Amino acid sequence: MNKPMPATNLSYRSVFALIFKRDLTIALRHKDDIINPLLFFVIVVTLFPLGIGPEAQTLSRIAPGIIWVAALLATLLSLDRLFKSDHSDGSLEQMLLSPQPIFILVLAKIVAHWFITGLPLILIAPLLAVLLHLNEQSYGALILTLLLGTPVLSLLGAIGVALTVGIKKGGVLLSLLVLPLYIPVLIFATSAIDTAALGLPYSGQLAIIAALFFGSLTLAPFAVAAALKVSTN
Amino acid sequence: MQFESFSAFLDMGGYGFYVWLSFGVSTALLLILIVNSVLGHKKVIRNIAVRQQREEKLRQVRNQKKIVSDNVKQPSDTTTSNEASQ
Amino acid sequence: MWKWLHPYANPEVSYHFAGKLLPWLTVLSVLFLSIGIVWALAFAPADYQQGHSFRIFYIHVPAASLSMGIYLGMAIAAFTSMVWQFKLADASAAAMAPVGAIFTAIALITGAAWGKPMWGTWWIWDARLTSELILLFLYLGIIALHSAFEDKNLAGKAAGILTLVGVINLPIIKYSVEWWNTLHQGSTVSKLGKPSMTMDMLWPFLFCFIGFILLVTLIICIRFRSEILARNSIRPWVRTLVLTQTALKENS
Repeated sequence: MNKPMPATNLSYRSVFALIFKRDLTIALRHKDDIINPLLFFVIVVTLFPLGIGPEAQTLSRIAPGIIWVAALLATLLSLDRLFKSDHSDGSLEQMLLSPQPIFILVLAKIVAHWFITGLPLILIAPLLAVLLHLNEQSYGALILTLLLGTPVLSLLGAIGVALTVGIKKGGVLLSLLVLPLYIPVLIFATSAIDTAALGLPYSGQLAIIAALFFGSLTLAPFAVAAALKVSTN
Repeated sequence: MQFESFSAFLDMGGYGFYVWLSFGVSTALLLILIVNSVLGHKKVIRNIAVRQQREEKLRQVRNQKKIVSDNVKQPSDTTTSNEASQ
Repeated sequence: MWKWLHPYANPEVSYHFAGKLLPWLTVLSVLFLSIGIVWALAFAPADYQQGHSFRIFYIHVPAASLSMGIYLGMAIAAFTSMVWQFKLADASAAAMAPVGAIFTAIALITGAAWGKPMWGTWWIWDARLTSELILLFLYLGIIALHSAFEDKNLAGKAAGILTLVGVINLPIIKYSVEWWNTLHQGSTVSKLGKPSMTMDMLWPFLFCFIGFILLVTLIICIRFRSEILARNSIRPWVRTLVLTQTALKENS
């Protein structure tokens, strides 16, 4: 990083790798940024049995919804970090001024964000599913929907963060902007898990979540790039 | 006319509460929106007028200071005009 | 071919054009709405199944279709502004958002008041109701984003991006909600047969619908004019306009 590199000679892949590595390094140095959303996820899920009651039947009925709603909220909590620190120290503007396409830069940052927040959520979700007595047939569906769905959350959330990064009190606004966009993912994911609990095939729901994933993968970085240009104006 | 009397009109065949609730709420919301829009227009004009008056006053003060400083022939003419503009 | 449109890209021309429309729109919307509402409330026949509660239909349906129509208009305005850097389109989108939100709220409230006597409950998680509720959230998000920015031009651009993201999402949301609804909910709600509209029901409906469209145009015109003034406050024509307006007020 210290060596002055001729920026125009970088290939797209190396730009992607550079940004990706940088974001991961920063995240690993601030470990609480990774751990706090995860703790939030665990605590929110634990609150539900305390509020609803310990009956295994009720819990297993609502487990998919609880896990997914908690995952949405945990992602929302972690989104703020995606551009905020880069915006406040000026490196975001530097990136936008660089000759590389913003699409690549943005995509790298979003993928890094997913690695930091989405992946831990997926790893810890089965443990929470045990606590909520999730139907044994549903574990595969839970993991698969989280695997396909959490990237969509990161991608769509990035649009919201990019729009609100220049605003002082963006936190509450962000949830208002982003949560309505999360509804389709929530609906199809929980329905896939429910269907799996009945022992029926859930490939249809998975296919739709995959379609949402690829759709947002291609379109969201453009929207994020446009929004960042507005925000750093 | 579908109703025999005014009280029958108000009753709406037993559905009076719901019908008048929806018509009332809709009217209220639309009135609020219209009043808000009209007042908003006036407010924009007033804000611009206030800003113009402020700028006008600033300009007058600056001119007076300039005249005074010209009369006194102060050497530090530029600093006073800077202060006025701040 | 499009040359006749060019003068309207000038804020001053559009401002005065919208101003000239105001009295016409006021008279026409009051005329249509008063005829339509009186007709709907007192003279239209009661539905043979739903009785007089059917009269809610005359505001519920226009409000619901306008709530979606205004969102579409906003999306078109946002697209025009983004592609052709057409600043007035931003102003019109900013003028439309609160109007759309109010109409969505009206559609929801009248829907609830209609549902209570018909379905026995104020709210059901019906596909249409749910997607209307989500539409309200989208509107509120756009309004909140507008008010979060100090700079009106930046606010317009940001809200434009959000509007376009929303318009791509709306069909997905609508489809997913419908799908979710059929999956989760049994046929507990006895769907009433679609009321076949007779002519004496259709006419008051048309009057109400056209009246609401005119009213929406009127309110949007008023707000559009304020948006133009706020965005061009340092232009000479705005300065002289404000000066003459305030002078008129002081004289009267």
